Amino acid sequence: MAEPKKYDTPLLDELEKGAFPSFVTEIKRMADRKPMAADLLGQLENSYRDKIGYWKHGGLVGVMGYGGGVIGRYSAKNEEYPEVSHFHTIRVNQPSGWFYSTEKLRLLCDIWDRHGSGLTNMHGSTGDIVFLGTRTEELEPVFSELTENGFDLGGSGSCMRTPSCCVGPGRCEWALYDTLALTYQLTMDFQDEMHRPPFPYKFKFKMAGCPNDCVASIARADMSIIGTWRDEIKIDAAKLKSEYIDKGVDIQSDVCDMCPTGCMKFDGETLDIDNSNCTKCMHCINVLHHALRPGDDRGACILVGSKAPIVEGALLSSVIVPFIKLETPKEGEDAYPELMDLVERMWDFWGENGKNRERIGEMIQRIGLGNFLEEIEVDPIPEMIVHPRTNPYIFFEEYYEDDDEDE
Amino acid sequence: MPSFEFEGRSLEVDEDGFIQNPDEWDDDVALALAKTEGVDELSEEHWKLVRYLRDYYLQFGIAPMIRKLCKATGFSLKQVYELFPSGPAKGACKVAGLPKPTGCV
Repeated sequence: MAEPKKYDTPLLDELEKGAFPSFVTEIKRMADRKPMAADLLGQLENSYRDKIGYWKHGGLVGVMGYGGGVIGRYSAKNEEYPEVSHFHTIRVNQPSGWFYSTEKLRLLCDIWDRHGSGLTNMHGSTGDIVFLGTRTEELEPVFSELTENGFDLGGSGSCMRTPSCCVGPGRCEWALYDTLALTYQLTMDFQDEMHRPPFPYKFKFKMAGCPNDCVASIARADMSIIGTWRDEIKIDAAKLKSEYIDKGVDIQSDVCDMCPTGCMKFDGETLDIDNSNCTKCMHCINVLHHALRPGDDRGACILVGSKAPIVEGALLSSVIVPFIKLETPKEGEDAYPELMDLVERMWDFWGENGKNRERIGEMIQRIGLGNFLEEIEVDPIPEMIVHPRTNPYIFFEEYYEDDDEDE
Repeated sequence: MPSFEFEGRSLEVDEDGFIQNPDEWDDDVALALAKTEGVDELSEEHWKLVRYLRDYYLQFGIAPMIRKLCKATGFSLKQVYELFPSGPAKGACKVAGLPKPTGCV
């Protein structure tokens, strides 16, 4: 094996200065013994000097039977930096909630150290483990070793991307449904949709256990599934007194005045919540966590359509099902039948009508929410509205005749 | 530019084996490329897929969306992967002599 080259990297070195850690340090550590990492530094420094990226556009590599999971990457400067002439990324499906045993972590590192650059992202934005940088001939061997050890590739391309979730019931007292179980179920039920891209473009599921939405699913998922409750916030009056009132917490300013709907009243002793006007923002529960708990009638809110700025602008997900029960299925039971049925209807319609590289949220913007709801057979309800109309004119469709012209 | 050699012919390909000059494609090229994607022989069904892709590309200049491909040829996506195990993009499009389909992953 070639000795790793030593490159002078004055521009990259700048990033290591200051208070915050830099990826440059990590690559340098690996560059001491891995020629791939060394040449990566060389090419990156070159890019910083010339202000041009030196990765070629496109690259189509993968493993037999799958239409995704590997991102092809070729260097445009393979003569100067031969060790990164191929630098493909392998996406590895992470466990729900990113829980690992040390044994599994060591295994992953060992596989990657032997077959690739040794560089990883734990984790990529979607949630996958990222194995950063290997050659085409290593793809099948890595895939074999991963699958022999209980791992699989994640999604890439116009497919269902790897679902991800918050820590949920694994560690959090506010998990309002089992995010870990649902994420696993979606992953297993939709293996075809993940590994053999069938859609107009990507589709992401993100599961949050409560409205704190620690996975930012409302901003980053085509289908956001956010835990919620529909009965009343539970108040422990004794704890409210001992932990907050007696300790001088300013409940009026820090809690009641911050409530987005102003539905809380505090008289110095008793906290009163008008639950019919609560929008489940979690602020009061977050602040007064010893005394306040979410209600017991638990489930999730389903929202649809969020995406990042490219191509037609950033969107936040909007409500499509304000409340759905998501009981973890028991042995032999159908898993989440209502939810799965809704997903299939949405995918059927988007698959048929979405333009190439059009996200479901963009399609809804294009055809209109009303038309979308009609096609997927979901009734429009007030909870779907973001804010009331500002235009006073209403088009009464039933009074319009085909041969009416502008009078 | 790498080259793909078979039966005394030499074609320019990119690093993923997609031919660079569409005019050079013919049935023999398809057969030879198929072997590189784990397909030893091209059956009636293979040719149906390949011809559809080729015709679409010649008419529209790009590869068809996957749903369209399935509807027009009558194959399910599962069947497409059975015919071309490396998939419709890496397998079928390559064999049909289309330029490499690109896109964000």
